[in-house]
Amino acid sequence: MAYLTDEQTAYLSKKANEVRASIIESLIAAGSGHSAGPLGMADIFTVMYFHVLHHDPKNPGWEGRDRLVLSNGHICPVQYAAMAHAGYFPIEELKTLRKFGSRLQGHPHRKKLPGIETSSGPLGSGLSQAVGMAIAGRMDKLDIFFYCLTSDGEHDAGQTWEAAMLAGREKLWNLIQIIDRNSIQIDGFTEDVMPLEPLREKYEAFGWHVIDVDGHNFEAIVDAVEQGKAVYEKPTFIIAHTIPGKGVDFMERKFEWHGNPPGKGPEDRVPKDKQGTEALRQLRTLGGKIRSEHE
Amino acid sequence: MIVPRAHLVPHVFDRAKLEGKPTRMGYGEGLVSAADENKNIVALCADLTESTQTHHFQKKYPDRFVEMGVAEQNLASVASGMAAMGKIPFIASYAMFSPGRNWEQIRTTICYNEQNVKVVGAHAGVSVGPDGATHQAIEDIAIMRVIPHMVVLSPCDALEAKKATIAAARFLGPVYIRFHREKTPVFTTEETPFEIGKAEIFFEPSGEPDVAIIAMGPLVHNALLAAEALAKEGVGVRVINSPSVKPLDGMIVEKAARDAGCIVTVEEHQIAGGLGSAVAEFLSSIYPVPIEFIGMRDRFGESGEPDELVEYFGMGVLSIQEVVRKVMKRKK
Repeated sequence: MAYLTDEQTAYLSKKANEVRASIIESLIAAGSGHSAGPLGMADIFTVMYFHVLHHDPKNPGWEGRDRLVLSNGHICPVQYAAMAHAGYFPIEELKTLRKFGSRLQGHPHRKKLPGIETSSGPLGSGLSQAVGMAIAGRMDKLDIFFYCLTSDGEHDAGQTWEAAMLAGREKLWNLIQIIDRNSIQIDGFTEDVMPLEPLREKYEAFGWHVIDVDGHNFEAIVDAVEQGKAVYEKPTFIIAHTIPGKGVDFMERKFEWHGNPPGKGPEDRVPKDKQGTEALRQLRTLGGKIRSEHE
Repeated sequence: MIVPRAHLVPHVFDRAKLEGKPTRMGYGEGLVSAADENKNIVALCADLTESTQTHHFQKKYPDRFVEMGVAEQNLASVASGMAAMGKIPFIASYAMFSPGRNWEQIRTTICYNEQNVKVVGAHAGVSVGPDGATHQAIEDIAIMRVIPHMVVLSPCDALEAKKATIAAARFLGPVYIRFHREKTPVFTTEETPFEIGKAEIFFEPSGEPDVAIIAMGPLVHNALLAAEALAKEGVGVRVINSPSVKPLDGMIVEKAARDAGCIVTVEEHQIAGGLGSAVAEFLSSIYPVPIEFIGMRDRFGESGEPDELVEYFGMGVLSIQEVVRKVMKRKK
């Protein structure tokens, strides 16, 4: 059973592509920042901001909103791009990313940009904050959901497991964690740096309901979230298998693109001075499927 | 003599007649009082519920208490999340572990986020005693007061600890309060003023002061005893209780420097980064005078009886008198 119509899927697909192009444009303007993670999570952020979340971009402080906590703050270019396209702020402002005086800090800050639920960057503390919000929400019997987006690399941090343990004990049905399982971190592949597998079994042992999905399949993502909302006795852990750098072929699956913007990445496929334009060309032609660029 | 406005107890110099009570008990009582007046107050504790005296709250408000287990990093960040939803969390552990183990979580998820969380550090100082250096937090003030938005309080007795807890609950923003394990004299009264950002003169000589002592925590009582003894030698000492390390009461500190011309700071903490440092940082750009610092001199504590350790590390009454004489000689 599918929760999305073909029209909805096509709309999300188009929006995700716009979000990806905005990520590249903002990174080019910034001259620094992370490429692989944001591109890999563009589909999920698009689903969140254009389908899943109950929110009001024109009134970010609305008390009845669902809360989205981004734990691995370094992928904020994707959150900023999705928020801008959803109407939180002008798309043009994305070009101020990482610049002095900008609301778009290099790692997100809740006091700068309305709509950011919590400042993040230091890895491993987002899940704790989402757990705290969910506990408070349950105390006050609020009918809202708490979504926490985490990375696989930050699961090296003990604090993530402290939070996972507490969420399991508390049976936080109102908490849904989506992990960006792209299998890379700065120093290499996660299974080489610090193996996380068997990840599903670990979370199950901690009392979570676990769902594996293709993180680029809109229907699968929405199905998993809906299932998570329906599971009433446990928190839900959605393992979103994603391709880092998704949508730009010379960035895909390369941990070397973790912390570099276009123009500063490895030159094995595309020279530095062409990386930005080539990335945008690929996104605007949907990976070469169409011959002329579309906006 | 004791300043009337301070409203200290009678027989303040007779330790045998004073009630002994740990400052952490003031926290336990203050937390319940604060919770009675504000339903948004919640308490979280990292497996030290009775030791930190959080169990009184837990008993009265079980639905507003969260047991965290031995997980101090989670403790800080879960509290941040609860504060984001409008709660006022008090998070309790030993100071060695919170803020000792979870500094970055306090910095980023509480202070940078400007979340209304109160960090409660019990078992501060070498007076923890027999447990030894691993459990004696003597760096907590330093690591808390360098974080923007953080207020830092160190009450001098159990009653002031209760007032500090209630004041922290009413204050909007992050606060760190340190408490002590052992029974220490209760020498203030309900009428003794307490306000975040304010210090209070407890003892004033008959004439102009020769020295001003600025102290925090239960050692304030030692400072009073030293001042009383020195008065008999004709040395005029002003004793200032400065529970608010940050914000520091600049008015009272500057006036002390101008009136006395030299200062001794007293704290059960490293002299690097503590109350003495705060006083020195402030005065050096306003009105520099000679300052001597009483506290831990870049070393760890060790096992022993609380009083024995306080004496050994130079924070006893006689040591304070000696340092007062020393700083006077440096006056121009």
